[in-house]
Amino acid sequence: MNCREMTDFLMAYLDDELPQAQREGFDAHLQECPPCIVYLDTYKEAVRLGKQVCARDDSPLPEDVPEVLIDAILAARER
Amino acid sequence: MSTFSAVDPIEEDEVELLAKLRAGDAKATERWVRESTPRLLAVTRRMLRSEEDARDAVQDAFISAFRALDGFEGGSRLSTWLHRIAVNAALMKLRTRRRKPEESIDDLLPNFLEDGHHVNSPTEWPGNAQDWVERDEVRQSVREAITRLPETHRNVLVLRDIEELDTAEVAKMLEITPGAVKTRLHRARLALRELLDPVLREDAS
Repeated sequence: MNCREMTDFLMAYLDDELPQAQREGFDAHLQECPPCIVYLDTYKEAVRLGKQVCARDDSPLPEDVPEVLIDAILAARER
Repeated sequence: MSTFSAVDPIEEDEVELLAKLRAGDAKATERWVRESTPRLLAVTRRMLRSEEDARDAVQDAFISAFRALDGFEGGSRLSTWLHRIAVNAALMKLRTRRRKPEESIDDLLPNFLEDGHHVNSPTEWPGNAQDWVERDEVRQSVREAITRLPETHRNVLVLRDIEELDTAEVAKMLEITPGAVKTRLHRARLALRELLDPVLREDAS
């Protein structure tokens, strides 16, 4: 397995969905390729950051909610 | 745990609110709309680039919710139920509006040499990972990176990683195969990593 293939199989590897032979190839590549270990770590960090930053309760809520939208919604309720 | 898990049923404070909403209590309805709209708008803005579409989706969500209030069985929190309706309204908006040609994600993916090695050898992201999320400029970069993803990939990332729906649910909502969900999610994550790399690689704090 080379770096490109390692990248292709990354998510399946992390989700434990790789067949045994491919998993072994993946692990063997990581043993001999420190840059791919860095890539794996930073991929996991990017996913984690995306989740955390956008987590429902962590994100700042928009403060620019237009009054016209609220009015339109309330008018729809009255119909 | 899934955002939409049914193990988080309606709570005491919402039972009273639900009764008022069903009875058409104008004050309770207005308070509910005012309190819920910012969060729903955040959700629809994440999925739709057009501000007009995002607002329309929130309005559509409330219209659907008003119609469905009587049938709401309390299997989830009211806020969770409304959140899901907003996600569906945003998806509906995506399906029905005029299709623009989808930009390719290829330019955002990592590059490799012919022998399969990285063109740019990955380097570590220094600094304390726990601190990144606390910093405004990092959070801003993450939001901008997600916004830059092509729509079909961004929405899979939003539904899977942020809304925490499972692959089968997302496949059904987007009318694509589970395999396509996985491929798009992986490519969206790879692109997200590439977009964050210059920000976090340079960061020595």
